[in-house]
Amino acid sequence: MKIFNIQLPMMSSLLLWGLLWEIVGQLELTFFVPPLTAIFATLIEISTTKAFIKALTETAQAFFLGTTYAIVFGIPIGIIMGKNKLIDELLLPLVNVFLSAPLTALVPVLMILFGFGLKSIVITTVLFAIWIIILNARAGVKQINPSLIEMARSFGASPKDAFFKIYIWAALPEILSGVRIGFIRAVKGVIIGQLLISIVGFGALFELYTQQFLMSHFWAVLIVLFAMAFSISEFLGVLERKVSYYASNR
Amino acid sequence: MDNNLKTDNAVSVHNVYKNYGDVQALEDLSLDFPRGELTSLLGPSGCGKTTLLKIIAGLIPANGGEVLVNNAPVDGPGPDRAFVFQDFALMPWDTVLRNVAFGLELRNVPKSEREAIAEKYITDVGLGGFELKYPHQLSGGMRQRVGLARALSVDSDVLLMDEPFSAVDEQTRRKFQEDLLGLVKNENKTFIFVTHSIEEAVYVSDQIALLLPRPSRVSEIIRPTGFRHKDVGSIRRDPEYLDIVDNIWASLRSYVE
Repeated sequence: MKIFNIQLPMMSSLLLWGLLWEIVGQLELTFFVPPLTAIFATLIEISTTKAFIKALTETAQAFFLGTTYAIVFGIPIGIIMGKNKLIDELLLPLVNVFLSAPLTALVPVLMILFGFGLKSIVITTVLFAIWIIILNARAGVKQINPSLIEMARSFGASPKDAFFKIYIWAALPEILSGVRIGFIRAVKGVIIGQLLISIVGFGALFELYTQQFLMSHFWAVLIVLFAMAFSISEFLGVLERKVSYYASNR
Repeated sequence: MDNNLKTDNAVSVHNVYKNYGDVQALEDLSLDFPRGELTSLLGPSGCGKTTLLKIIAGLIPANGGEVLVNNAPVDGPGPDRAFVFQDFALMPWDTVLRNVAFGLELRNVPKSEREAIAEKYITDVGLGGFELKYPHQLSGGMRQRVGLARALSVDSDVLLMDEPFSAVDEQTRRKFQEDLLGLVKNENKTFIFVTHSIEEAVYVSDQIALLLPRPSRVSEIIRPTGFRHKDVGSIRRDPEYLDIVDNIWASLRSYVE
């Protein structure tokens, strides 16, 4: 953003919105919007409580496991789909259905199948994240210059060499943007899972705070989640830009 | 002795068939590639010259017949052949150095050794100082020099070149053609060179195989001899050069839409 020809640092517009929030909060227009300063005070206050740390670890654990599975399975599946026509035709309709399906509706079923604990939440997270990762890895492989593959073969690359030295790298810009979107969806997955199961992690906290109308507590937790999701997305965005020098030159 | 040398073929193609579905791309094609010489595959587009080159490379299988490289039948890519690609086929995420060393890397040559070899060939093709540049920082001509250095660094007997100069500008192309003549003379390798340019084929070749399409077969083999040892600058004015160019055009013109 530029004002009076002065380049302002990134996201300085957030300050403006924060200020607006503070004013609305101070005016006490609605109990739903406490002042931003009060929210941050609450945040500092609860950030050392057992309940908050427990929620944070549970959420981080579910998120980490879910995204790891989504990447470890999603990328190879996508690459194989991009390479193999038969497997592609077999899996693509399924992947597309799940990508656009209202997965939230599945969570109660998962709870019945896998119980009310971490397992259900991890599976929810995987289900939210994996499809876009698969599709992007597939798209990345589809656009690989065929002569690059022929080059590797002609110089004697084994299938393993070709996979690790050509396919992964040639599809990396697409894979990374798939992972970035997948991670954003995984945040949704974790929270939706926790909310519906509502006895673990931030889901339990949300439930507690909203029932007791502890709005500044509620906002404090929400801000933590927003900040986490945003940082993850920005971090992956940085990685993406690192490979963009060849993304347009393939 | 002389006779022996003449019958020594680095690559022999015997009665090769290739079809794509109903389309007969190559029919009963036989051709010998004498060792140490440059043979051009020349013909109108769709005559199967690239198909033939890729069959020799082992990149695509033939439907019949056999290809011998150093008297051993081809059933896939091998270390006795190296390929130079029309679109360079460089890895855009890696430096010139790793691109050139890639063939050696796939053969598990230790890093320091393969980089030393790669550096030598990078200098040989005139790219000294560009080792740590990335392909997108180079011009088309320089990229193809990288592709050439990669093919040379694996030190195979046969160099397969698929229209290597068609994606570079005309002046660079002339320089490449001159350099290629030097390579043929000094490297003691067998070159198989696909081109659709008549002048280029006559300029660089010891032997030109004229392919005619639908289905492809060798219609004529031409061996320019008179000007082969002349100075590179005077070849294009040689009467034999001009005659051969004219004759080839006469054979090809009816196949060009």
